[in-house]
Parts: sequence; structure tokens; C-alpha cells
Amino acid sequence: MDPFTNSLTMDKPCPQSLLDTGVQGSISRPFDRVDGPKKVSGKATYAAEYDVPDLAYGFLVGSRIGAGRVVSIDADAVRSLPGVIDVVTDFDRFIRVAGQGGETEAPTQGVKTITSRGEIIAIVVAETYEAARDAALQLPVNYEREGGAFDFAAHRNEANAPPDGVTPAHASQGDIEKAMAEADVSIDVTYVTPSQNSAAMEPHASIAVWEQDGSLTLYGAYQMPTSDASQLADALGLPSEKVRIISRYIGGGFGSKLGIAPESVAAAIAAKQIGRPVKAVMARQQVFEATVRRSNTEQRLRLAATADGTLTAIGHESLVSNQPGEDFFEPVGIGTHMIYAAENRLITHEQVPLNFVLSGSMRAPGEAVGMVGLECAMDELAEQLGMDPIELRRINDTSIDPEKGVPFSSRCLTGALDEGARRFGWDRRQAPASRRDGEWWIGMGMASSVRGNMLMESSAKVEIHPDGSATVSSAMTDIGTGSYTILAQIASEILGIPVWQISLSLGDTNDPPAAGSGGSWGAGSSGSAVYLACETLREKLATAMGVETSALTLKDGQAIAANRSQPIGELVGEGIAAVGKIKPGKQEEETTQASFGAHFAEVAVNSVTGEVRVRRMLGVFAAGRVLNAKTARSQCLGGMTFGIGTALTEELVHDRRDGKLVNRDLAEYHIPVNADVPQLDVHFLRERDIHANPIHAKGIGELGISGAAPAIANAIYNACGIRVRDFPITLDKLLAKLPDPN
Amino acid sequence: MQFTINGRAFEADVDIRTSLLDLCREHLDLTGAKKGCDHGQCGACTMLINGRRVNSCLTLAVMHQEDEIITIEGVGDPQGLHPLQHAFVRHDAYQCGYCTPGQICSAIGMLDEIKKGWPSHVSADLSSPVFDDQEISERMSGNLCRCAAYTNVVDAIREVADSAANDRTADEKDKVMADEVMA
Amino acid sequence: MKTFDYRKALTPEAAVETFDGETARFIAGGTNLLDLMKLQVETPDKLVDISRLDLASIDEREDGGLTIGALVPNADLAADPRVIDRYEVLSRALLAGASGQLRNKASTGGNLLQRTRCYYFYDTGSRCNKRTPGSGCDAIGGANRILAVLGTSEHCIATHPSDMAVAMRALDATVLTLKRDGDRRRISIHDFYRLPGDTPHIETVLDTGELITHIELPKPPSGRQAYRKVRDRASYAFALVSVGAVIHIQERRIARAAFAFGGLAPMPWRSQAVELALIGKAPTRDTFEAAADALLAEAKGFGGNDFKIPLARRTLIATLRDLTEH
Repeated sequence: MDPFTNSLTMDKPCPQSLLDTGVQGSISRPFDRVDGPKKVSGKATYAAEYDVPDLAYGFLVGSRIGAGRVVSIDADAVRSLPGVIDVVTDFDRFIRVAGQGGETEAPTQGVKTITSRGEIIAIVVAETYEAARDAALQLPVNYEREGGAFDFAAHRNEANAPPDGVTPAHASQGDIEKAMAEADVSIDVTYVTPSQNSAAMEPHASIAVWEQDGSLTLYGAYQMPTSDASQLADALGLPSEKVRIISRYIGGGFGSKLGIAPESVAAAIAAKQIGRPVKAVMARQQVFEATVRRSNTEQRLRLAATADGTLTAIGHESLVSNQPGEDFFEPVGIGTHMIYAAENRLITHEQVPLNFVLSGSMRAPGEAVGMVGLECAMDELAEQLGMDPIELRRINDTSIDPEKGVPFSSRCLTGALDEGARRFGWDRRQAPASRRDGEWWIGMGMASSVRGNMLMESSAKVEIHPDGSATVSSAMTDIGTGSYTILAQIASEILGIPVWQISLSLGDTNDPPAAGSGGSWGAGSSGSAVYLACETLREKLATAMGVETSALTLKDGQAIAANRSQPIGELVGEGIAAVGKIKPGKQEEETTQASFGAHFAEVAVNSVTGEVRVRRMLGVFAAGRVLNAKTARSQCLGGMTFGIGTALTEELVHDRRDGKLVNRDLAEYHIPVNADVPQLDVHFLRERDIHANPIHAKGIGELGISGAAPAIANAIYNACGIRVRDFPITLDKLLAKLPDPN
Repeated sequence: MQFTINGRAFEADVDIRTSLLDLCREHLDLTGAKKGCDHGQCGACTMLINGRRVNSCLTLAVMHQEDEIITIEGVGDPQGLHPLQHAFVRHDAYQCGYCTPGQICSAIGMLDEIKKGWPSHVSADLSSPVFDDQEISERMSGNLCRCAAYTNVVDAIREVADSAANDRTADEKDKVMADEVMA
Repeated sequence: MKTFDYRKALTPEAAVETFDGETARFIAGGTNLLDLMKLQVETPDKLVDISRLDLASIDEREDGGLTIGALVPNADLAADPRVIDRYEVLSRALLAGASGQLRNKASTGGNLLQRTRCYYFYDTGSRCNKRTPGSGCDAIGGANRILAVLGTSEHCIATHPSDMAVAMRALDATVLTLKRDGDRRRISIHDFYRLPGDTPHIETVLDTGELITHIELPKPPSGRQAYRKVRDRASYAFALVSVGAVIHIQERRIARAAFAFGGLAPMPWRSQAVELALIGKAPTRDTFEAAADALLAEAKGFGGNDFKIPLARRTLIATLRDLTEH
């Protein structure tokens, strides 16, 4: 039987939600992850772990020059090595850079031209991984070096406005120059953040299997299988429906797996050529060199205020970088557009062409680094005003989008600031450089947090089986966010079926298409699709019970109405199914939607060495309905820890002479380790957002990072009185200004 | 080559260059241990060799034919979880799950090291290290987790090793979380 | 990784005998060698597996000193009650290095022979005189924040990455070896390493195929010991600067001082000048300043690593202060 369909376009608010009227008690509960037992026992299957017969191993070959072209590849030199099957390249179809999230066309193709060091130009295929790796490292390649821009400082004058992206490249309102000139107090400072890497623990990996009918099955580590299948099909010259991507478990993504990466196309072409399935797993160094980075930024912040702290102008002008011809730009000012009121505004982005690995999305593109500049500048302004930094933010809070003039769908910034201040003990904060603990300076800092909310077209199918169990299926993914669990909870709440009786099929493009995991839209979008499917199933169950939908109660597998109770499975015949489809609509224009919060940090700065340790941190967040208190908290812990990395340790270091990424491994690209992270506290404010979607939830995965790093930086200033505007705040930058410890 | 893994005998004809990790993942269908960096920089590949935690990516399979090797598959399965595995689930001490088998094998080895009285970098007195959050964090720092479940990893280990001294049990935490968000 | 002939040795004599040819390597823990072989920085054609040799014990000598088998894992050495009791600087240095997993595998002998973490050494697409003699040094003029400020040459500015070896220098250890011709040698740790000069690929005085069998620690030094490591993360990171210190105060004068440094030079660094500046002096701020001056008189930064000079100064003075207080 064809499934029923329930579609909704978010043109109007949804004031009622079945999640509020359900009585199962599943929603919001801190359930343990349904996929947890598999993950802790090594039984969850990640991309490289499918047992495919007759598999050959591929090892990718990266360019050793930063710009120019490949003259020749001497495949014969390694073909005769034991175990080597072939050296495969396709100068036209191999992708030069990774895909951007949500694109349906192939990323830039053609690898005769080299635009960054590490660009994947060939794949060596062998009977064993060891043979493939050896041959790949030995493969002689002749290059012709040509041009290349490898030094941001030297090329910053070549910056150009890119095409508009998720935020306009240039936006202005009023007259910032005049406001600055007339301000009682003003700030004009420049903050710098470096390139960063998502460094998900699972390297990008693909197993490519060509089927008898000429279609391709690709087991991949991808956040957005639906659009990734289109990218891959386009790259290979296939119709979209001929490519199936399976991504059941993904070992983290953080944006780096939004689009396809070069290993997918290489594996597919090699598999076709040798007539066998090919597995291609990126070496960690290749993940750094040939997927995506978060762009470095140089941010000029101008803030103008009256003596009472009312902002009259906000300027946030950013220089970012990407390869020439690539449109994506780090949307540094995206949060600045909406977080504070001010009449005069200037928010711009200019792109510096550089031959580094592609710039793309990394957790909270825009806010993660844009809030560093803005929130540190706010701290500087508060100090100039002689005002508590929380008070400065409170008085510039706004219920109306300061640029679009529309209301926020929901906004609890001041609530988060106040709750956070109370919980953190903000009143114990002292003047800069006045609190010591032995060798350490101690200080507190805070910052606001904002992350735009997005709804993306998504669908999901829900089936109820005669045994009373249910199945949810969608091309949605779980990259560690908890999708498996929260989608089960949503279905459970509405259908009155216990979570343990709901099975899930995610990460397979044979299931209904979905926007996948990215931009914190996953829960709201796919959750709404599941909601809509369940809404229809609930109506069908009511019909089967012969009652109005409103008179039906579903709980613990029983349909209850009119003094009758019947097992749900008995009402569905041979089973019923419904597909839910959600689409964004007019609510996006009629309201501005974002999650808000506040970060608080206490740090210690070593007076001898300049080492910084985060002692404690609190994040208070308002993100609409919390679907699972446990997984939501974990998302915030993760974001806050990314903030620790941004503030203190993470930096991709490029050699300015040839663009070489020198610290391309996990020993030298310093993501925080366990000892860098103290006990972190997370608190959620109660909120519902009826404009966002029918489940009233907003994005949470990226909220935790937004504002985390500047809270730490501001705490460093409070600890030792030194303002470092060049991130990360490594000890050498503090050392130069630290007084003699003795 | 012959191996004893999780108490079972295995035989494999593999390239001399094969790491213990690749032996398990590519030849023995034991994919629980993960490859995150292949250079001993992340800990995702951690296994127990004769009871000691090691990075299985940085050792040759051929060198371990006489050893007792335990991978996550030998620690427990979904039907019979080891107490640490159960605690990781209860505390949400993971997100994507990729580093998790390594974290758990590492924690088993680490607790044994504590039992033997081994000190760590943060032990004030090397002769008698105490057991606290800071010690767990330091000792687990060879296991990177980009999802950053670190605080939950510490809580999970603490609950298993020292539940009496733990004010952050999974039950306690669940209650606080539920009270906060549930109507 | 290039393929290789694998031989397992059961005795030290068999090990050195099996080590024929210039391009063989001994493998014990393998934590650094395999790391480099995967990248083809190291490309031995033969591996002699010495991991099962009977060299994994720590034996006490009559003078209270210890003879440490070359195969004692770093973890066991750090946790040995005699090491903790008598050579705290060594235990602390070991525990400051790497991770629990790596310390369980890495051997004492291998730790001494760790190769540099210089970015350009690790990248076969870069010029490196240490990896490919005569090819040039991309680190000079490149990204050199983590590299050396002492003992460098125009051919190499690499740092030695070991923490343990720093403590071994502070403790005046002796390296015991077995040569291919059957001769045994005792090499003072102070003579063991070579500065890069114009042959940065030669890092120690070991002959081809010479096997480290033991490391001897002399009679425990009197006084206080400390190891202070400064790095970019709280754990699991190489030293930017580290100080291994042994100091003995008698009648308010510094009677004996042994100071070694990591993160500063192509070898674990020991400076006689530092000790001369300290011995016989009262432990005052001026004395400490003079010691720091002596350490860094010849220091030369290469731009990115200039900060190591003041960092070393401050770290040394703070270590001296901590060890001489009370």
C-alpha cells in the first residue's frame, strides 16, 4: 500500500504541537541513545567498515606543489610493485576541491590544474592497503609550478566582495562614520582568527560498489546523503537516481562532511576502471590538506555608544580567504546582523584569493569566529564605559530584528545572561589582574551566544507494524547529534509507542530524501517530517477506532478512546505508513529565527609561562523545545569545547612560501584533550518556538560554540589585564606582555 | 601468522607491514577499534595487549603473535555490556561514537594502572596518587574526542571505578536534566 | 611504508648480528619508527625485532644506582618505586610525555633515539638535511615556532622531542651498548648526542648496528629534583620548553646543580655555564638571573620561535625559585 503523505510549508505559525498533548512522556526526556549499545561495543558500522566482497584498496595521491599543473604521472614506475593493481586518475572528472553543503552540482573538477597543496590527483589501487599506500607515496609526478598566493598579509589588498551567501557580502544601514564621530565612547579594533580544521575523528572514507545495472552504491561518511548523491552523480556524469549513498554512522562531521570529498569520486572512478569495489580512506594528513578548512579571518570591529551604553553603531568588516573562483565565504558577520540593536550598521565580507585548501563550513560558520571579534569588542567597550559587560548586552537586547524590522520568533538573550550570571557567581568577578592563586592569575569572562535557525526541506516515512512496533526511515543522518534517538522520541510521543519499539533506518538515500545534518537544522527539519508522518498515522488510528482524532489517546502501545483500549498493532491491518514532508515558508521572512544563549568562563593564566587553563565554564541556552535533554546537553558540551580550542590552541599553520600546511596531523593541530576541559555546566531555558516548526525546536548543535571562545578570551583579560586580539591565545602571545613574575 | 584475540585463535596471511589495527579491521572483521590518525596521535585504535592499553596503529601485527589481545569486541557486546560500556551509554560519554571503543579500552587499561598505584603527570605525590577528576582527565588525554564528551567520559569512568565518591552518577544527572526541560 | 625483511632476535648478540647493512633498523616499541615509516621518512629494508630480548628489567646496584634495561617501557620506568623515590625528575619527565598508551609501548632505549618533530622533517615533500642530507632546510625561513634556539646550525634547527632524555642528562646517565663486533661500550649521556653542524642526519655517536642494551643511573643525587614542561595543551603535546633540575643546597649555598632542557635544542640540552653560575652561590634572584643569562647567552631565534628565549628564562628562574624555597 502506498503511504499517506502529509506536507507542511511553514507559512504560518504552529501554535499547537502534538508533542505538548502526547502522554507517552518520551519527548525531552534524557533517554540514553538508542544506538548507544552498538557504539560502545564497536558494532556501529562506519563507512570504511562494510564487508564488501572482492574489495581493492585505494590510497590517494596528493599534489606536492601549491599551484601550477601536473605535467605527467609515471604510473609505470609503481605498477609493477607487488600487489599494485593500477594507478587511476581522471584529469577531467576528479574533483579539485570538496563539495559545499547542500550543493547538488559537482564541486570544481579537473586536477591537471593544481590550486592547493595536497589536491588529490590520483589513486593507487592495490590488493592490500599496505601495497596501495607504499605505491602512492612513491608515485613519481612531474609538476610545473605556476603562480599561487600563499600569504594572507601579502595578498590582502587583492580582496574582493564575493557573491552573497547565507549572509550578504555587504550590508549597511545608516552612517557608521558619523555615528563613530559623534559617539560618547567608541571602539575600533581588529581581531584575527586563523584557519581551522573540523578534525572529526573519523577520516573521510568511501567504499564504491558498481552494481550490475550501472548504478553506484557508495558507503560514505557524509552528513547530507541526499544532496551528496546529486553532487557525486554530477561529478561522474550519472543521473542522480543512479547513485545511492549509505551513511548509517558517521564519525563526526562538524561541516567537513557536508559535501562530497575527493575520495568518493576517486574511489568510484577507480572501481569502475578495475571492475572491483574500491575502498578509499583518507590519511589524516589528507583530511587536513584536501577536504575543507574554516577560513582565517581579519575582523575590524567598530562600536559606537552613548555614555549610558546604548549602541549607536556596529561595524563588522571582515577579510576572509578562499581559493580563486570559489564563492563560499566565511559568513563572519552573520550573528552581528541580529544580536544587538544599533541604528547605524556596516557588516561586510571581502575575500582574499589564496591557494590553500578550500574554505567551507565548520561548526557554526560565521558565528564561531564572528562572535570572537564582536563579543571581545563588546567587552572592550564595556570596560571603556565602566559598565558591567552583561549590563551592556542587556540594554542593547532587542525583540525586533534591527535590520529587517521583523520580530524574533523567540529570543531569550537577556534571560540567558541573567540566569547565567546567577548560576556562575558573576558577582564575584573582580577588576582585571587582581585575583591570584599561587602562580596563576584568575579571571572571569562572558559572551553572548547566537546561532541562526534554519528549516530545510526534508521528508521521513513512519510505518506502524501489526505487532505494534514502528519504523522511521529517512535519508537523514546521525553524525553524533542524536538523530536516531530524538526521531524515535518524537514518533514515540505522538504514536504512544515506547521508544524501544521504534526502529530506525537513517543515512540511506533509498529512504525519503532529507536535508541531513548541518547548520543545526537536522532536528527541526527531520523531526518535523517525522512529526507530520505521525500526525497522519494518528488520524488513521483515530479513524480505525471510530473516534475523532482529538478524542484519541495513544500510550504504551494502546489506543484509548471512548472507554475502549486496543493495541495499536491491531488497528493497522497489515501495517500503515505515512510520509511527512516539511518545507520552509513565509515564517522565515515574517520572523527572524535564532537560538540564543550566554557563556561564562573562569580561567587561570600562568604568570610565569602564559599558559592558560579553563577552570570552569557555564553555557545557558534557549533553543526552543529540547527534544532530549541528554543529547542536547552533549551537543552544547561539544560546542563549548570547540570554543576552548578556538580560544587557546587551534590553528592551521601554512608555510607562507608555498602554502604547505605544516601541522597537518593530530599531534600538531591541537584540538583540546581531556585535560584541557574542566567540568562544563550547561543549562537550558524553557522556550517553545511556534514559528520555527511544528515541534517548536530550534537548532542546538552550533549554539554551544557561538560565544564560547570570546568568553574565554574575555576571562583571560580579566585574569591578567592583557588583551590578545590574535587567536588562538597561545602562551607566546601573552608572554610578551606578562610582567616579570617575581 | 597466528593470533589470540579476545580469547580466540585467528590465523591470517597478511603483508608483513600490516599494523595490529589493520589486521583486525581489514582481515579479521573486528572493526570495533577505529583508525583516526594512524600515527598514535588520537587513541581511537586503543586495544589491550596483555592487559596494557596501547595504540594498535603503531605496532606491527607480526610482533604480537605471542600476546593476548583484547579489542572492544572482547570487552562486551550489546547483549552483555561491560560496566564501563554501560556507564558510557548512561552518561552519554560519546556522541559520534568513533573514538568510543578506544576510550573504553583505554579506560580499562587506565583503571588497572591506577590499581597498580601508577602515578600520573598531575599526581602531587608520585608515591600515592589520589583518584579524582583531574587524574582521570590527565590519564585519558591520549584519547581525543572531537565531539568532546570529555566531561561525560570522566563521569562514566568515575561511576564505575568509584561510585561511592561520585556525586555525578548517571541517575543524578538524568534527574537534573529531566527536571530542567520536562514540563 | 616500504616493505622490509623482518627478523626477530632472541638475544642481543643475535640482534646485532642480524643487523647487516646500513639501512636496517632495530624495532622495539616502534611508536616513533612506524610513525615515520608510514610516511616514508624512514625506509629501512630490514627490521630487527628486539622487543623480546631479555632487557626489560630494572636492577639495583650496590651504590643505589639503577641499571635500566633498554626495553623497559616508559610507563614501567616512570612507576618504578625506586625511580620515584630516587630519581623523581625522571619519573616526572616520563609522565609529562606522550600518553598512557604510548608510554606503555615506548621503550627506554627507543625514547633516547626519538627523531625530531620538525614539520619539514615529517614531510617528504619538503627540503630537510636531516632526512635527505644536502637537500637544504625549509624550517629556516619557514614555520619554526616549535624549533630550536640553541645548538642549531645553518643546516638544521630541529629540536629533540624527548622528555625522558632531558632527565637522563640532568641525572648523568650512561648508555650501555653492544656493537656488531661484539664489543660493549659505555657512553656518557653527555657524549651520546651530536649537534647538527653540517651533518644533521647523524644524531648520536652510535655506530651502525650498535644496540642500546641498558641505561645506567649513577648513585642518586642528593637534593631536590623537578621537571617542568611548558606546552600548548595541558597534556599530550611536545614541550615548547622544559627544564629538568637537580639542585642541592648546603648551608644556604648551592652545592650542586644539574640542569637540562628540552624544546630548546637539537639534543637534550645541558649547560655547564648554568651550573657554574649557580654552584657556590646563594639561591637569590640575582643568581637565578645569572644562570638564565648563562643558558641563553648564545640563544638565537628564527622568528617564530623567538619567544622560547624569554620563556626558557622565566621557566628556569621559576624552577630555581620553587626548588630553593623553604
